[in-house]
Amino acid sequence: MSARQTMTLNMGPQHPSTHGVLRLVLELDGEVVVTCVPHIGYLHTGIEKGVESKRFQQGIPLTDRMDYLAPLSNNLAYVLAVEKALGITVPERAQVIRVLLTEITRIKSHLVWLGTHAMDIGAMSVFLYCFREREQIMDLYEAVSGQRMMSSYFRVGGLAADLPAGFEQQVQAFLKAFPDRLAEYEALLTKNPLWLQRTVGIGTISREDAIALGLTGPSLRACGVAHDLRKAHPYSGYETYSFELPLGKTGDVYDRYMVRVAEMAQSHRIATQALARLTPGPINVADPKLVPPPKPLLKKSMEALIHHFKLYAEGFSVPAGEVYHAIEAPKGELGVYLVTDGSNKPYRVHFRAPSFVNLEALPKMVEGRLVADVVAAIGSLDIVLGEIDR
Amino acid sequence: MTEPQAAAERRAGAGEEGAGAPESLVLQRLRAQVGDALAEVKQWRNETTVILAPRDLVRVCRFLREEPDLAFDLLSDVTAVDRLLLPQSSPRFEVVYHVYSLQFRRRLRLKVRVGEGEAVPTVTAIWPTANWHEREVYDLFGVPFEGHPDLRRILMPEDWEGHPLRKDYPVEASPKWWEEEPA
Repeated sequence: MSARQTMTLNMGPQHPSTHGVLRLVLELDGEVVVTCVPHIGYLHTGIEKGVESKRFQQGIPLTDRMDYLAPLSNNLAYVLAVEKALGITVPERAQVIRVLLTEITRIKSHLVWLGTHAMDIGAMSVFLYCFREREQIMDLYEAVSGQRMMSSYFRVGGLAADLPAGFEQQVQAFLKAFPDRLAEYEALLTKNPLWLQRTVGIGTISREDAIALGLTGPSLRACGVAHDLRKAHPYSGYETYSFELPLGKTGDVYDRYMVRVAEMAQSHRIATQALARLTPGPINVADPKLVPPPKPLLKKSMEALIHHFKLYAEGFSVPAGEVYHAIEAPKGELGVYLVTDGSNKPYRVHFRAPSFVNLEALPKMVEGRLVADVVAAIGSLDIVLGEIDR
Repeated sequence: MTEPQAAAERRAGAGEEGAGAPESLVLQRLRAQVGDALAEVKQWRNETTVILAPRDLVRVCRFLREEPDLAFDLLSDVTAVDRLLLPQSSPRFEVVYHVYSLQFRRRLRLKVRVGEGEAVPTVTAIWPTANWHEREVYDLFGVPFEGHPDLRRILMPEDWEGHPLRKDYPVEASPKWWEEEPA
């Protein structure tokens, strides 16, 4: 008999369980994965280069398109970095609205993860339940920004517009119904023997490996590391909200599932607190050099007209320097490294995309395991290729 | 005082990430142990940047990672800046590292500067996550990393010509890649 032969299998980029255009080259010995090499870049659109070629406010719509399941989190990371470079803080009402909407965004992102992850491993119906609630969140997005996905609602200095009439009731209705919905997903999966067979002890990664490979977000917390930027370096007033960090123990697919499901409950808790804090007030910083004046004022005030013209003709400039601002996005640490040269465009913008780094841990999770577990491991990492390839 | 100015002052005194006492401890330790390696230290918006010579990078990184009272165990990010259009444009490239300590909740920025074609030593032996980050910098800026286990392009196609994030690479290029062959 000859020596054992391995087979090379190309998985993706057009494969439904790779969550976009991820391509894996697997070397298989029978059904066991010997090596796994991810190939990325199929969705590379040069977002960093694009943002560098636009004025500061104009970069926001491009950030929507990175992690397109959580556009408002991307907006938040970018505007906070620019605001840090400017040295400004937005008013209380804007901060509360930002927290409220990014937590709802976290629920929305986790719903897509849960639905598709469950479908990948054969639990078809969960997808339908998750997308039912996601649709309601899309309606909330549409109400505030006019767009279901690419909302660009957060702006440097505050928000694009105030909340529409009736929005609070709409959020209230969603938040009231959501705990029961979450219980429904859990009833379908948490103790389901088939689900347990496909997830417990699968795709395990140790705490040390996870840190060495730079994992962040729920995937890191599933290994038992209590690291969350909302707690470690609070932004937008997160230090004033009470919430817990769900942690896993073993770092397998099931722990990552449990952590994200528990996180949805915590996001619901934060959103409920934020909704109760909404009081009328300004939504933008009171700086006419940054925020355009109200439209009616243009007909009365010469200065308002000049400010309006300057803002739309050339934007605002940011002092020369460099900042790094990171937020806890649904998928992990979303960092923005911004270099400014004193002009009205960013000199260099780099997005530290959590999915890009988390995907690097995939070979560690699947090598030496069965090929069927690769699909479970990809799903449990919750990657978005728009963000990986940027 | 206008509101933005007041807000800026509040923010400066807010003592958030990278501020005040804990960060200066890191600098004190660096000065005491590897002081000869620190070419320049900058502070802006409560963030600390340490600029190193490329030959000192691995030594300083290992020190930051392994000292028990520093313990920078998480490498958040590696990226680069092409300084071609900045007032001070030589050496041309700046490779930027953001390191983080999970235990002490501290962040620090390290930088090395290299000219066209000069290599930067890899830090993959210290933080394995640097592998893909360094490939990305190599792909988009053309900065090579010495000792990297698998230095290939990562986002662009393998036979791509040029490095898109360089400042002399046009934003709207019509690459040969897409040109149709004459009928």
